[in-house]
Amino acid sequence: MKASTRQVDGIIIVDLSGRITLGEGSVVLRDTIRDVVAGGNKRILLNLGDVTYIDSSGIGELVSSFTSVRNQGGELKLLNLTKKVHDLLQITKLYTVFDIKDDEAQAVASFSK
Amino acid sequence: MNATRVSYTLESSLESVNKAEQAARDIAVKTGFDEEEIDRIAMSVREATVNAVLHGNQYDPKKRVTIAFESTPESLSVAVRDEGKGLDPGIIPDPLAPENLLKQSGRGIFLIRAFMDEVRFRSMDPGTEITLIKRVRGNDPDGKEASK
Repeated sequence: MKASTRQVDGIIIVDLSGRITLGEGSVVLRDTIRDVVAGGNKRILLNLGDVTYIDSSGIGELVSSFTSVRNQGGELKLLNLTKKVHDLLQITKLYTVFDIKDDEAQAVASFSK
Repeated sequence: MNATRVSYTLESSLESVNKAEQAARDIAVKTGFDEEEIDRIAMSVREATVNAVLHGNQYDPKKRVTIAFESTPESLSVAVRDEGKGLDPGIIPDPLAPENLLKQSGRGIFLIRAFMDEVRFRSMDPGTEITLIKRVRGNDPDGKEASK
């Protein structure tokens, strides 16, 4: 999995691509979120548009990222879910836990100032 | 009845998990499942193999994971066996319970049950065997219309 970060109006957007699975993918996500938060940024938008596959470990890593950022007073939202990821979040009842967006500009504007 | 049987004996490693997932995908394609079902079968086999490697064998290099596929025109059956201390499926917490919803782990078997038609656990000596069954649409016991 690949992760790259950019900043738009003070919001860190993490563009993820590939597979978020046990092992490499989950570790990349964990390290990326840790580095972003360590850099003082706690308003994070995870762009999952190019994520082709996610397993239960990847779902767990998303949940862990969400709670970790929230516990530090920040916000983490999800952007551009594929049908596969959308279905998985619905089955696991996490769809209502995450704040999920499908438009980047609206997602960026939705963060508290 | 034409049946294709393939089995693999794999090391307790993450590489084996990827191998099992790919093998499941290949045999699900040959069995005739549609794309969504293939994804769900492959993910279920992946999750079962992760459990076997991680929780069952605990990455012990001396222990193996055995995966046996049986494909017929009616269904695909996959048995994943580890050599661990055993698992009591009755005590697996419900990942949808409010107190578990934000836990990092514990969704693997739940997803397997959601994606497969039948899931059976069997205690072995040593280890656990989990058997996953997916019926080709049109071969459901409740007699749904064939769509193939």
